[in-house]
Amino acid sequence: MKALASALFVLLLLTGGAEAQRPDRCDVPGYLLFGEHELGHVNMAVKDRQRLEIVIIGSGSSTLAGPEGKAYPRQMEAALKARLPDVTVNVTVHAAPRHTAADMVDELKKVVREQRPDLVIWQTGTVDAMRAVEPDEFGAILNRAVEKLRAAGTDVILMNMQYSPRTETMIAVGPYAENMRWVSQQRNVPLFDRLGIMRHWSDTGVFDLYSPTKAFAVAQKVHECIGRALASLIIDAAQLGPMTAKVAQ
Amino acid sequence: MNSVRQQLATAESAAVTEVRPAGAAEQKPPPRRLESVPPIPPSQRDLRLDLFRGLALWLIFLDHIPTNIVSWVTIRNYGFSDATEIFIFISGYTAAFVYGKSMRERGFLVSGARIFRRAWQIYVAHVFLFAIYLAEIAYVASSFENPLYAEEMGVVDFLKQPDVTIVQALLLKFRPVNMDVLPLYIVLLLLFPFALWLLLRRPTLAVALSVAVYAANWEFDWNLPAYPSGTWYFNPFAWQLLFVFGAWCALGGAQRLAGIMQSRITLALAIAYLVFAFLIAMTWNIPSLGPFVPDWLASLIYPIDKTNLDVLRFAHFLALSAIVVSFIPLDWPALRSPILRPAIWCGQHSLEIFCLGVFLAFAAHFAMSEISGGVPMQITVSILGVAIMIAAGGLLSWYKGIEGRNPGPRTKTPDADMAGGEV
Repeated sequence: MKALASALFVLLLLTGGAEAQRPDRCDVPGYLLFGEHELGHVNMAVKDRQRLEIVIIGSGSSTLAGPEGKAYPRQMEAALKARLPDVTVNVTVHAAPRHTAADMVDELKKVVREQRPDLVIWQTGTVDAMRAVEPDEFGAILNRAVEKLRAAGTDVILMNMQYSPRTETMIAVGPYAENMRWVSQQRNVPLFDRLGIMRHWSDTGVFDLYSPTKAFAVAQKVHECIGRALASLIIDAAQLGPMTAKVAQ
Repeated sequence: MNSVRQQLATAESAAVTEVRPAGAAEQKPPPRRLESVPPIPPSQRDLRLDLFRGLALWLIFLDHIPTNIVSWVTIRNYGFSDATEIFIFISGYTAAFVYGKSMRERGFLVSGARIFRRAWQIYVAHVFLFAIYLAEIAYVASSFENPLYAEEMGVVDFLKQPDVTIVQALLLKFRPVNMDVLPLYIVLLLLFPFALWLLLRRPTLAVALSVAVYAANWEFDWNLPAYPSGTWYFNPFAWQLLFVFGAWCALGGAQRLAGIMQSRITLALAIAYLVFAFLIAMTWNIPSLGPFVPDWLASLIYPIDKTNLDVLRFAHFLALSAIVVSFIPLDWPALRSPILRPAIWCGQHSLEIFCLGVFLAFAAHFAMSEISGGVPMQITVSILGVAIMIAAGGLLSWYKGIEGRNPGPRTKTPDADMAGGEV
C-alpha cells in the first residue's frame, strides 16, 4: 500500500510538471532532448568553415505526403539556418520507404563516400520493428555501422521511431528503441528520442496522435516541431549556442 | 531439517482447512512406485503460488495495455525482471506438482498424454486469441488513414495475404505483439514429459542439463524461427530454465534450498541486488539520471536481453523470490483472508484469466483509440479490466466448487480438474 502511495505520488509529480506547460507550444523538456554526447565535427565545421553538410537517411517516416518541404528534414534545415545565420547549411535526404537498418547500411556507405557529410542523422527502427527483425541483430548492425561512420570522421545522430498509439498493439517498438539507446551509449552519439518526445506531446495534450484524421495539418505541425527540436539538439550537442540552450526551445 | 518438518506440519494443518473438497481427497501421501524418487513434497496446494500467479496475471494485463499510466505500478519499472518470469516459474512449479504425481502414480505414458492434452488446450486458446486480434487489426486497417503514420500502417499489409498469415499463425511462427507467452508455454509443455521423467529420477542431472542448454544458447544462439522474419520473442531454449527450475522446486528442490533461502546472507545479497536493479531501473524512468551509470557498468549489463532470459533478469527473479519466501510463510494467515482471495482465484485459473487478460488489453486499446487515450481513460480501463478478471476468476472458482461436489469417479476428478484448469 505504501509502495502504491509513493508510486502515485511520483506520478502526480510527473504529470503535475507536465501540466504546468503551455499546451499551445510543442516544447520538449530538456531531459528528453539533450544528452551528454557531443558533435565535435559539427562544431569544427561551423566554427572553422562556416559550412555544414548534413545527410538524413531514413525510412518512410522521414517523409510526408503532400506539399514539398513540410517533412521534418526541411523544417530542421530552416530552423538551423535561422539560428546559424552565418553558416551555409546543406541538408540532403535519402529516405526510402520500407527500408530496414540493414537495407540502409550500403546506401549509407555510398553517401558518406560521395558527400563527406559532417553529420549523418540516421532515422530507423520502425521497419525493423514491423518486420520483427531480431532486435539483437538490429542493434549489432546499427552498432557496427555507427562505429564505421565515426571512424570515417562523421558525427552521427540516431533517431528512433514515431510514437504511434493506434498501432501500438501491432508493432512492438520497445526492444528496438532499447537497442538504439544502447548503441547511442556504446558509440557515444546523441539519440533523438522521437518516440519519447511524441509520447510526451500526446500525454500532455499538445497533439492528439490517436486521431484517425486524414488531414495533413496535424502531421505537418508534428514534423515542424520535430524539425525544430532536432535543430536544438544539434546546436546543443555541437556546443554552438549560448549556454542557455539547455532550456528547451 | 527442522524447518522442513515444520513446513510439512503446517502444510498438513493447512490442508485440513482447505475448502475445496476435491483437494481434500488428495491429502493421503501418494504411493511410491519408483524406488529412486526423492522425498515427496507436501501435496497440498501452496496458496502463495496462486496468489503471486494471480498478481502476475494482473501485471501482465496492465503492461499489455500500451501507454497505460497505471502500468507504473508494475514491477518491470523497478527492476530487471517482470511478471513473465513469475508466471513461467509458477507454471513450471504447478505443472510438476500436478503431473509429477500423475507420473508417479500412472506412469510416463498416461501423464505424458495428459501434458500433451494440456498443450493442445493452450494451442486452441492461442488460436482463439489470434482470431480476436485479426478482427481488431482489420478494423484498424479500414478506419485509420492519418498521413503522419503512412509507414506504420504498412503493418496491416499482412491482411492482404490471409492464407499465408493464418497458416503461419497456426504454425506459431506469426505471433502478434503480446501473444508470445502462450506459444512459449506450448513448447515448454511439449518437452515437459521428458524433463519430468528425468526430474523424478535424477533431479540434479535434470537441472544441470537445463542450465547447460541455457548456457550453450549463449554460444550457439539457438531459437525457433518466426514469420515474417526473426525468431521467437521468448526463446524457449533460454526460458526453459525458469520452467524446469520451477518444476525442480516443486519436486523437493524447494526443501533442499530452504537452508540457503533462509540464511541471512542470502537475504542480504538479495536485498542488495534488488536495490542495485532498482537504481538502474530508475535511470530508465528518469533519463536525466542516465549519465550516473558509469560506462564500464553500462557496457557490462546492457543490453538486458528479455528474449534470451538475461542472467540479470533470472537473478532478479531469484532475489525477489528469496525475499518473498523469507517474509511470507506458507501458512501466512492473510493467504486465507478475503482481501487476497481475488488474486488467488485468478491464479488458480491461470490459462483462462491469462487469455481474458490478453483480450481485455486489446479491448482497452480499442476503447482508448475510439473514445480517448487520456489518463482518466487509462485508469478506468485498467481498473475495469482487473475487475473483470477477478469476476471471471470468482466465477470459475464457483464453477469448480459445484463440479467438485458432484459425486463422480474420485480417482479421476481432482487430477483432471487441476490439469485442466490450473496448470
